[in-house]
Amino acid sequence: MKGAGVVTATDFLERFLAGDRLALARAISAVEDEADGYRDFLREIYGRAGKAYLVGITGPPGAGKSTLVSHLAERYAAAGRDVGVVAVDPTSPFTGGALLGDRIRMNELAGNERIFIRSMATRGGPGGLAKATGEVALTMDAFGLDLVLIETVGVGQSELDVANSADTTVVVVVPESGDAVQAMKAGLMEIADVLVVNKADREGAEQMARELRVTLELKPEDGWRPPVVMSVATEGRGVDEILEAVAVHRSHLEKSNGLTTRRRARVRRQLEELLEYEFKCVCAAAPAYENLLELLTAEVQQGLLTPYEASARLFKEVSREI
Amino acid sequence: MGRKRIRVLVAKPGLDGHDRGAKVVARALRDAGMEVIYTGLHQTPEAIVEAALQEDVDVVGLSILSGAHMTMFPRVRELLREKGAEHVVITGGGILPEDDIAELQKVGIGRLFTPGTTTDEIVKYIREAAASDN
Repeated sequence: MKGAGVVTATDFLERFLAGDRLALARAISAVEDEADGYRDFLREIYGRAGKAYLVGITGPPGAGKSTLVSHLAERYAAAGRDVGVVAVDPTSPFTGGALLGDRIRMNELAGNERIFIRSMATRGGPGGLAKATGEVALTMDAFGLDLVLIETVGVGQSELDVANSADTTVVVVVPESGDAVQAMKAGLMEIADVLVVNKADREGAEQMARELRVTLELKPEDGWRPPVVMSVATEGRGVDEILEAVAVHRSHLEKSNGLTTRRRARVRRQLEELLEYEFKCVCAAAPAYENLLELLTAEVQQGLLTPYEASARLFKEVSREI
Repeated sequence: MGRKRIRVLVAKPGLDGHDRGAKVVARALRDAGMEVIYTGLHQTPEAIVEAALQEDVDVVGLSILSGAHMTMFPRVRELLREKGAEHVVITGGGILPEDDIAELQKVGIGRLFTPGTTTDEIVKYIREAAASDN
């Protein structure tokens, strides 16, 4: 297996910095696998990141996200930008395996040297992304790509993490999303910076767009009202309008200082997540942890303790050993 | 502390449109805990190799039923070598005469599977191949 020997993430740093795409691919794996030395590698490249613009694409399954991403990447590349695509698909919680099929819709990008596509499995990550999606985007950013498109898994109402990872979030729906839009008001709609009604050649598209616009008028005023764009991704229709809407949102953020605010919030959230993760690792490493967890689980199940009492006791016992 | 998963690219080069076998294998590999990148039909060797590089896979599996195996397999091998990805194992399956299989294995292609193979055999082979890939 790769890395089975003493190959560490910093070994390909030099080639990475020289712009070798193979090294980028290896670097992404190292970050994703948390391979030996990956944190040292990230430290080396961290200062180079921050130049790329991150666009999140999310929406329900089958809305046409991959096809749209394919077109968007192609247009950006045609305009002379180097584009990274991170396409996330779900990992099976039962087997740990994943079938990553987003490339099927991106075949036309093959051979385009300005575009780098990476499929990523969620590996248990919540919110429609993988735990390492942010780091992978950062790696592409540091490599020197100008834009990174992050495509989430097909989401429902609550997988909204992409808004925390992207500068601009594009939410894609289809006319059939109809009633679902009502429910989405409290979720997807709130993270949308740009809304796309894809498959707009189908019945109900106009009405859908109208309803969305009405809903968005009620959106709390933060100086940005998300535009609603109609598209037919399979024919490439509406793609220019989406690009335009993203560009307008970007300039809005840049003018209003919103970009800095968003990115700061992202870093803060990341720090909190890391802390949580470290904390859990520290607790789990305490000698008494495993036995105590088993014991308390049994006691909760027998009704001797509430979960709140049990976790408080677990924390108290374990923190003595830290 | 690494959490390496075996990554496999499953592709169908060439013109035949029979992707059932490729899909069955892709699903079996996923169910065996691997990450499978499925690229669909009508792939050129160049596109397959580019995808394999970007995805940093351990193994490329090609399904070829069109009779083009004697050109496709060596071409993919050659391109991977050119791009510095010799470590990637190439395997595959299809309607492949025994003589051709022997010939292909001489030029650095891994095990090839013919009709009647169980998915278990393929999973076992890919696990072994990925483990020895370095």
